[in-house]
Amino acid sequence: MDAIVEQWAGRVRAAVAAGRPLRLRGGGSKDFYGQALAGDLLDTREYAGIVAYEPTELVVTARCGTPLAELQSVLAAQGQSLSFEPPHFGRDSTVGGCVAAGLSGPRRAQVGAVRDFVLGVKILDGHADVLNFGGQVMKNVAGYDVPRLMAGSLGTLSLILEVSLKVLPFAVAEQTLRFELPQGKALTLLNQWSGQPLPISGSAWSDDRLHLRLSGAVAAVSAATEKLGGQTVGEGEAAAFWHSLREQTHAFFAGDAELWRLAVPSASAALDLPGAQLLEWGGGQRWLRGGDAAAIRAAAGLAGGHATLFRAAAAEKSAIGVFAPLSAPLARIHRHLKRAFDPQGVFNPGRMYPEF
Amino acid sequence: MSLENTLAVPYFEVDRSALVARLRDILPPPALLIEEEDLRPFECDGLTAYRQLPLIVALPENETQAQAVVQVCRALNVPVVPRGAATGLSGGAMPHRDGVVISLAKLTRIVRIDPLARTAVVQCGVRNLAVSEAAAPFGLYYAPDPSSQIACTIGGNVAENSGGVHCLKYGLTVHNVLRVRALTIDGEIVEFGNAALDAPGYDLLALINGSEGMLALVTEVTVKLTPKPERAQVVLASFDDVTQACDAVASIIADGIIPAGMELMDKKAIHAVEPYVNAGYDMNAEAILLCESDGTPEEVAEEIGRMKVVLERSGASEIRVSRNEIERLKFWAGRKAAFPAIGRITPDYMCMDGTIPRKNLAPMLIAIGEMETRYGLRCANVFHAGDGNLHPLIMYDANRPGQQEQAMAFGAEILELSVRLGGTITGEHGVGIEKVGQMCAQFTPQELAAFRRLKAAFDPAALLNPGKAIPTAARCREYRLTRGDTSSETQRS
Repeated sequence: MDAIVEQWAGRVRAAVAAGRPLRLRGGGSKDFYGQALAGDLLDTREYAGIVAYEPTELVVTARCGTPLAELQSVLAAQGQSLSFEPPHFGRDSTVGGCVAAGLSGPRRAQVGAVRDFVLGVKILDGHADVLNFGGQVMKNVAGYDVPRLMAGSLGTLSLILEVSLKVLPFAVAEQTLRFELPQGKALTLLNQWSGQPLPISGSAWSDDRLHLRLSGAVAAVSAATEKLGGQTVGEGEAAAFWHSLREQTHAFFAGDAELWRLAVPSASAALDLPGAQLLEWGGGQRWLRGGDAAAIRAAAGLAGGHATLFRAAAAEKSAIGVFAPLSAPLARIHRHLKRAFDPQGVFNPGRMYPEF
Repeated sequence: MSLENTLAVPYFEVDRSALVARLRDILPPPALLIEEEDLRPFECDGLTAYRQLPLIVALPENETQAQAVVQVCRALNVPVVPRGAATGLSGGAMPHRDGVVISLAKLTRIVRIDPLARTAVVQCGVRNLAVSEAAAPFGLYYAPDPSSQIACTIGGNVAENSGGVHCLKYGLTVHNVLRVRALTIDGEIVEFGNAALDAPGYDLLALINGSEGMLALVTEVTVKLTPKPERAQVVLASFDDVTQACDAVASIIADGIIPAGMELMDKKAIHAVEPYVNAGYDMNAEAILLCESDGTPEEVAEEIGRMKVVLERSGASEIRVSRNEIERLKFWAGRKAAFPAIGRITPDYMCMDGTIPRKNLAPMLIAIGEMETRYGLRCANVFHAGDGNLHPLIMYDANRPGQQEQAMAFGAEILELSVRLGGTITGEHGVGIEKVGQMCAQFTPQELAAFRRLKAAFDPAALLNPGKAIPTAARCREYRLTRGDTSSETQRS
């Protein structure tokens, strides 16, 4: 076992013995996300580095503390990428944090989320055991899918030591189009287009303006550009736009008003809620500034989805709850799962739900 | 032959007549099977070598009846084995001697298709292909296409996280399911996922996919529908050397191409298939590679051109591109008929399902060749080469003394080599009863203990499909002893 991992196993044992929880943290770029941060800091950045990367296998294995930017530049040198476009939210974002947060960028609706790309994990659980699940291969149904369970678990189940991710080649060609459209019309068109074999790789609507990104073979992108019309956006401007969306540096995200994230079926009609909205993922992810929590949660639930209080002051987060409440049987399964991996509750207690 | 694995299945004390009496209150007479002659058809799934007569078979007609049956089983501490179309190849639906098989085959309603949102809500007993057929008028289809897709059900697909020949580009079941409605062992209705792209909390939807009926009983599924590509075309390349064919697979990926499907067949498979379906395969080739591109006509033309360049450079002895849809289907017909074609030339065969890193395809094929000599049995190879998923087909005659045991040992050696080559014992068929022993080779005692705790989080009384997929600590100690591994193990549970 690596010296660092051994040391961390010791910290887990000590935390259990002393009843003092640990706060698992990489670069801290996502400290704002989730409920309260509690426990003694365990900085994952000292366990860094790419363990294995063979471009022809379409898999990369990296340690938790590896800077996300470093991993992406190594992949880019081979013409490959993490195609779920994870947001960094700062320069210090790590691979472990990216997987634990489970957040995906503009391409999510077409290619899938972080969890869809997680092939294997090595974790340190609450028994201080180092465990391997999944692996480096694309198809693997031996045992329960623990690797995907870890994605988005906010470090509440285990410390992710190492992760294997599926990578994909960059698209050969890319083109962004711009349309002036009201929300309802944009939603209809986005859903209709998504039902056709078009190389769509991202969409964003706000302020009566729709940006649509196409990626794929040269011929496919140019044929789709011709078919869809709209105004073509230059390469530099387009890259800056999608980056600002992914990193939430776009003007929509500025200011102190709470930021709600609503995940709803893409074809849901425009939600009748006050406050500015920005729609991504073909209508499947809707950002909302401010508003009444109960009304927002009700609207998202009614549409068949849920609402997350993505950015807000700590007091507000604890009063409202960051994540939508779970049904009774689901809440019970969550508590039992937490206990299965972390029986003494030493990992990031209360980060996801106050009860665990 | 099932002795070694079925012995590991836990025993339950069940009062059969009390159970029957309770179930009679719930189910109409035709939905409750208790006579041996009625139970017999349920004694196995697609893995026919493993058979076990169930105590009772329940055939609920709706979710409410299924729920009541589960509640009775929970109250009386009776094991429950869920069953769909029973096409599974690992014995996941093999009955439990003391248990109730709940066949969900009658839940066959397509609840709703939403063409604009590109989703379908279907009951668990709807067949895989029926989803695509119902979606076809809207230019949509359900992407995962296991070779049993004519018969297999969506509920079973979720239980096994089924794949198919288009996984590399379109993903497995887990990537194409939005929501699963299920019954817990307590008979509560739960929903994993929802109508949106994600749900709050842990990703239980990911966990339920591939859980082999051991965490909950799936009753309804919302699947994603994919726009049908305007065009698909396949390249059929012949190679004089198997290693060259394997290397070509890596070269295509290295060139930045993600084919819609990439399948490899070796000479023995070609020779079994060609006389059977006349797919037009090159009988002189040591291996053939099928490489498919789909998308817009422009995209396909561009990609096929790139594939041809790479295949030529990789030393293909012949390259043919399907000229029309009829020819494309003909090229695929051989691959799709591979299993029945092998069935024609041997009394019995076993299909293995390891997955390995693509770079190890050639060493694996060479090792299998050596095993053929050592075990005195033939093995044809059909690979989902794009994913590194192997389907070696070991041929034997169960009526010849010792051959079945030899075949099983041959298979076990392939699986253990898969693990050593950096892969897994099962890519898409599941562990079931068949590979429960090899789980001890792939996972440490601590990892297996974590699996057991995870199961207990859903099913504390261990009534859902007991004895499958996750071996007991005792089973693994036995396994390691028979493999001559006496290293001690620490167990935590």
